[in-house]
Amino acid sequence: MQDIVNFFLDPTHWQGDTGIPNRLLEHLVISGAAILAATLIAIPIGLYIGHTNRGAGLAINLANIGRAVPSYAMMVIPLPFTLSLAPVLGYSPTFGLNFLPVFLAMTFLAIPPLLVSTYAGLRSVDRDLVEAGRGMGLRERQILNGIELPLASSIIIGGFRTATLQVIATATIGAILAGGGLGRFIFDGLNQGLAGRASIYAGAILVSALAIGVDLVLALVQRRLTPIALRTTATRGRRGSARLPSGDDGAELPASA
Amino acid sequence: MIEGQPLIDFGWIAGHLESIGQRIIQHLQLTIVPLVLGIVISMILAIWAVRQRRAYGPITAITGLLYTIPSLAAFAVLRPITGLSLLTALIPLTTYTLLILFRNFVAGFVAVPADVLEAAEGMGYTRRERLLRVELPLAVPLMIAGVRLASVTTIGLATVAAVLGDTFGGLGQLITEGIQNFFPTKYLLGAALSVVLAFAADYLFVRFERLVTPWAHARAGGR
Repeated sequence: MQDIVNFFLDPTHWQGDTGIPNRLLEHLVISGAAILAATLIAIPIGLYIGHTNRGAGLAINLANIGRAVPSYAMMVIPLPFTLSLAPVLGYSPTFGLNFLPVFLAMTFLAIPPLLVSTYAGLRSVDRDLVEAGRGMGLRERQILNGIELPLASSIIIGGFRTATLQVIATATIGAILAGGGLGRFIFDGLNQGLAGRASIYAGAILVSALAIGVDLVLALVQRRLTPIALRTTATRGRRGSARLPSGDDGAELPASA
Repeated sequence: MIEGQPLIDFGWIAGHLESIGQRIIQHLQLTIVPLVLGIVISMILAIWAVRQRRAYGPITAITGLLYTIPSLAAFAVLRPITGLSLLTALIPLTTYTLLILFRNFVAGFVAVPADVLEAAEGMGYTRRERLLRVELPLAVPLMIAGVRLASVTTIGLATVAAVLGDTFGGLGQLITEGIQNFFPTKYLLGAALSVVLAFAADYLFVRFERLVTPWAHARAGGR
């Protein structure tokens, strides 16, 4: 226990490239980049198929396939290509070894929960409301922005939460490819045998705190975005007096992290 | 990758079929044991939560918290405690199945209409008989959906367990050794096999669900 406290008290662990702040920054940069890329891909597609209900079967099936791929497998599959493309495209081999494959894997893994939740969120909106909007002469874009998106936003954020959780966990494993991030404390510790115990624990604590902290923040955002009428029933359900939730088909859970 | 090396060395694969088979068997063990443990624990928790609804919130909160911890951190934390024993891999792999299984098991029970329960009671079923003959069969589709999801998740997480050392084996070990030796054949094979295993498990449970609940698909024309 004491050695773990000492690890955090040691000022050398708070500075330089291998210090906690820089490792945290690396973790946040790669996670943020992947989440951003996945959002830019998944949300527009999800909005399109949710609004038009066109191509839903195909998109959901593709998302299900993506969900079955193990994250560790996903980051090594692009590895030979990201390595051999380095001289061709002019990025450094290190970038092709430890940033690009992990980034690609994380993006790929974050797309299914985002896509499925965006689609499911839009489909959860009462069709009568959409028809009423149409009857009032709203344009399709106005219906999407003014009716469907606000009502679907809490479900979409639910998918965003899942995706973020998965991405943070995958970034931890990604450190095995000699990359940065908080996972490095764990791998460096594992390589040092008994002496690495403090580093392993520090890494595990940091990355768990990050995952739980980010999830809590997003949970608050999700609550805020839930329309008030829906919020009261949800709270009642949570207290357990009225009814238990109707369960899920896993739409909001990641395959593996 | 070393210059001039082929991406996939089929000769190596042909010469190592036995050890590759061994890794697959290890991986199946790493998947099946936690899955069975998880099903037993979740079933007990679900039955409890359905009867004592107050328990639902706390159980979801705790299993949810366990689920949030990144897998590598969980494996790493246990290693100094349980050492290089299989427990180090099996404990987190089991706890990761709990949230999914518990939620779907409860959902399965809740999906049973109140009328049906009342009818069973009217027919003189005891609480136990009602659970075994009415509630469980009707809850099966959602429960299998949960097991299906949990199995795919566990197959994925089991590859990460290999990061901790050879003892845990499994297909993740092929990936880790392949990366360390700059040998693409090995890590690509490990990755491909784990993907195949995940798809196979997914497909198997879809078939299984149709097999045990023919009534759920009869109307849809055997969809």
